[in-house]
Amino acid sequence: MRKHLLLGVLVVLTMTHSSTAQTRAFIGAHIIPIDGQEIEHGTLIIEDGQILAIGSAAEIEIPLGAERHNANGMVIMPGLVDTHSHVGQVEGGDGSAPIQPDVRVIDSINPRDSGFQKAQSGGVTTANIMSGSGHLLSGQTLYVKYRDADVIDDLLILDDDGNWLGGIKMANGTNPRRNAPFPGTRAKAAALVRAEYIKASEYGAKKAEAAKAEEDAPPLHLGYEALLDAMSGKKVVHHHTHRHDDILTVLRLSEEFGFRVVLHHVSDAWKVADEIAAAGAGVSLISVDSPGGKLEAKDNHFKSGRMLEQAGALVGFHTDDGITDSRFFLRQAALAVRAGMSREKALFGMTLAGAEMIDLDDRIGSLTPGKDADFIVLSGDPLSVYTHVQETWIDGERVFNRSNAEDRKYATGGYGTGNDQATFIHLLEREAGQ
Amino acid sequence: MNKVLFAITALLLFHSSSTAQIAVKGDMVYTMAGDPIENGVVLLRNGKIERVGRFDVPSGYEVIEAAVVTPGLIDAHTVVGLAGYLNQPEDQDQVERSAPMQPELRAIDAYNPREALVTWVRGFGVTTIHTGHGPGVLVSGQTMIVKTVGNDVQEAVINPAAMVAVTLGNGARASSGSPGTRSKMIAMLRSELIKAQNYTGEDARDLRVEAFKAVLDGEMRMLVTVERAHDILTTLRLAEEFGIDIVLDSASEAYLVTDQIKAAGVSVITHPTMARHGGERANATFEAASILRGADIPFALQSGFEAYVPKTRVILFEAGVAAANGLSFDEALASITIDAARLLGVEDQIGSLEVGKDADIALYDGDPFEYTTHAIGVIINGKLESTEVR
Repeated sequence: MRKHLLLGVLVVLTMTHSSTAQTRAFIGAHIIPIDGQEIEHGTLIIEDGQILAIGSAAEIEIPLGAERHNANGMVIMPGLVDTHSHVGQVEGGDGSAPIQPDVRVIDSINPRDSGFQKAQSGGVTTANIMSGSGHLLSGQTLYVKYRDADVIDDLLILDDDGNWLGGIKMANGTNPRRNAPFPGTRAKAAALVRAEYIKASEYGAKKAEAAKAEEDAPPLHLGYEALLDAMSGKKVVHHHTHRHDDILTVLRLSEEFGFRVVLHHVSDAWKVADEIAAAGAGVSLISVDSPGGKLEAKDNHFKSGRMLEQAGALVGFHTDDGITDSRFFLRQAALAVRAGMSREKALFGMTLAGAEMIDLDDRIGSLTPGKDADFIVLSGDPLSVYTHVQETWIDGERVFNRSNAEDRKYATGGYGTGNDQATFIHLLEREAGQ
Repeated sequence: MNKVLFAITALLLFHSSSTAQIAVKGDMVYTMAGDPIENGVVLLRNGKIERVGRFDVPSGYEVIEAAVVTPGLIDAHTVVGLAGYLNQPEDQDQVERSAPMQPELRAIDAYNPREALVTWVRGFGVTTIHTGHGPGVLVSGQTMIVKTVGNDVQEAVINPAAMVAVTLGNGARASSGSPGTRSKMIAMLRSELIKAQNYTGEDARDLRVEAFKAVLDGEMRMLVTVERAHDILTTLRLAEEFGIDIVLDSASEAYLVTDQIKAAGVSVITHPTMARHGGERANATFEAASILRGADIPFALQSGFEAYVPKTRVILFEAGVAAANGLSFDEALASITIDAARLLGVEDQIGSLEVGKDADIALYDGDPFEYTTHAIGVIINGKLESTEVR
């Protein structure tokens, strides 16, 4: 009935949009927009890779010519944001030094690794791919979208100037501890970090002085440039840390050098939740199925999410893939809820909070008109073990469809799903063509 | 849930001895012996199950209520109690690397019933574990079956010498020396089994050979941790050659050779559903249990062995994910209760809520497999051992 009433409006709508526009309407789903109330019987409209409209099915008009997707009985929510992953056979710094800010993970990622397809099937649309925690600073991280990729460029998220985006990976505690030149104690670790940031500051000051005096700048130092980006706030420091005292050391260093920090793993977060909240640091949590496995994680507890929420901290989640599989990412939110975190904050943590932690909350993380059309279609409630990701959409393109047998293989596993499948298929195709 | 907690608290205040008479009431009681009972009651007396059904609780019983009541869960293969949670050299007793074959190592000599991970898994409803020497060398030692209770292993043990743990494939490849290849692994096993065939012990006892002899005599089964399809078939050949009972463990490529496994009449303790798909498990599938079910091969789930984090998995969670990947709810629950009991040969004592069996019970405030449901109580041998809300 309402359709007829609004026919005039519809005509205007279709006329104002290019006739070549790719418009799709997902009708009838339970929609969790994250930035607003859940919509019981909703419609999501996307166009040209962006979200055009969202609302109750009764209110939203479907543009003429839009491709209709029946989403009755499904749940739609924003694509998941994994703030910490190691997919793509990623590497960072080598054994030569504990602090290697010039190293960039973009130079190591294999985009044909099947981990990407698996992550798509888990509903992850955006991730922060990082080097490991065996260094105090192991390199520059990379923010990616899990698009269908042949080459690394297909994964990148670019700023307005066309530069790829990423942060800085740091770590403290036992992982970076080894023989010199790596630190042998916690105090030494902090001292090494401090010394490097001071050198970078001095380098920055020289550059500024030279610019002022219109003299030649000091020789370009890529490592210091990266640290300057951290200190200016351009790049976020993603900091692996577990024990309560190590967490506070990170917060001190962050304050001392002015870098913005997101705390990762944070096994003891529940012990120092108030301090973390007061410092304004974001926290990216991971729950594993039992405490321990390493000394620093002996008090790892599902309740960190609840305690941090109560303290008012910004809480996100990560897979640390392969520590946990990207296909079980939603389980992170569910385990936090199991231990008392609110459903609302847990789902926020899987999406918009993660987006905030990588400075992309203006583009992704919620189903807001104007944002990228990154969303997932679920068979049921996002926190239920029985729910499967049915479809994953990125920039308005479907990158995973569980109804497709080839895609489904990556959702469940099976023979050959560990191989660099894309390369393999491409080779076969090339051979067949000859 | 408050009601449940109150009931449990009341019980703790008034009674907690093993001789107490307890009535467990469940909105849904999964007995694993027949259909689930709505508004069911399980009476416990002297550590055993006295009565199961739908009836009014007789006087003299302390009442515990929960939304869902199941038999205590059985983890068909773990290393909990030997592989400690701190993961430091001094708490890792699941593998001795001084030699590739040491079947004489007994799990009972290493098990720590007070280990944090024993308490951890019990909190989720796990009451019995098949634990012991783990994968990582060709023959690592023996396993045993214990309850997750007791201050010493004697109180906990059901079967002190259940199986001999063997690993084949890359997991058994020695960093130096033998075995360096798959063929060598089998050659070494064959040689020991032949020695055991000829063993009398008259001149001098050899505990290593005696352990293999126990396998030949059917006193202990051989638990073979194996992943690749061709290694599974090698295992079946060896078993046939010597006429020994084996159990396939992990077996992530079992789905490629279900016909052969079925024909051999062998059971599988399949890998944790959420086991990482890497290394020799690169071809694993979340649907492994469902495929075995479809092939009519007896199986149970396990938490397995983890070298890092999480130091142990929890079979409650593994079964839940199996239920989301092709098993029915009942089949998934069976894989960590009655089917696990059958596979371990202890089904007369545990695994279902039937009169005369041990009073081992797990309590939940909802569907036990849902991520957001809580384990709210665990009863072992008729005694409330845990009231933590997990």
